[in-house]
Amino acid sequence: MAPRPALSVRVQAEDFDPGRELALLTQGRRDIGALVSFVGLCRDEDGALESLELEHYPGMAESEIARVADQALERWPLQGLTIIHRFGRIPAGDRIVLVIAAARRRADAFAAAEFLMDYLKTCAPFWKKERRADGAAGDWVEAKSDDDNAAERWR
Amino acid sequence: MKALYFAWVRERIGLAEEEIAPPGEVVTVRQLIDWLSARGDGYAAAFANPATIRAAVDKSHAAPDAPIAAAREIAFFPPMTGG
Repeated sequence: MAPRPALSVRVQAEDFDPGRELALLTQGRRDIGALVSFVGLCRDEDGALESLELEHYPGMAESEIARVADQALERWPLQGLTIIHRFGRIPAGDRIVLVIAAARRRADAFAAAEFLMDYLKTCAPFWKKERRADGAAGDWVEAKSDDDNAAERWR
Repeated sequence: MKALYFAWVRERIGLAEEEIAPPGEVVTVRQLIDWLSARGDGYAAAFANPATIRAAVDKSHAAPDAPIAAAREIAFFPPMTGG
């Protein structure tokens, strides 16, 4: 019998190690043929941005990510998923989010990873506020209609 | 019930959370927004454009016409920008 897909969802202030997470997901497994990982970073907007402050809704952040992960597990034959989303102050250049999808075949892993990121952007309760490099008051990042469209195409 | 506010909704209202006791005729998320908007300038500013407000009832996304009668916790926030 195939082992149950390994699901790990974490919402944390601390950084994560993508290499370690890839290793953890495949540890002791011989049935995984494809691992697709996505790492989202805080970009500096050509030097204008010092950091992002990520606010989240504790409890709902975890449950929404788990809900989206369950949808991915229903939709594609996956061997495992790891999703980590950070909150708090994230300096430019640092990691914000990690998605790893493990499957027998790469097409499923690629599709699931992209689906998860598209849905996390529009469903997971996180909000980014900019801290500008010049010290001026930063704005809340506005949601992009592109993100809604990206999530919508999976319906 | 407990009301929670996030991001610029929290900043405009000036509170992260509070206990609220809306009257019985307030039965949907939309009606609760209208009721909260009348509580002061900060609330009015936060809810000035309902199209930019998202809500969650007991930590699940809720549409404007969702009922609030059984809710323990209702959150209001802008469209999400994580990922």
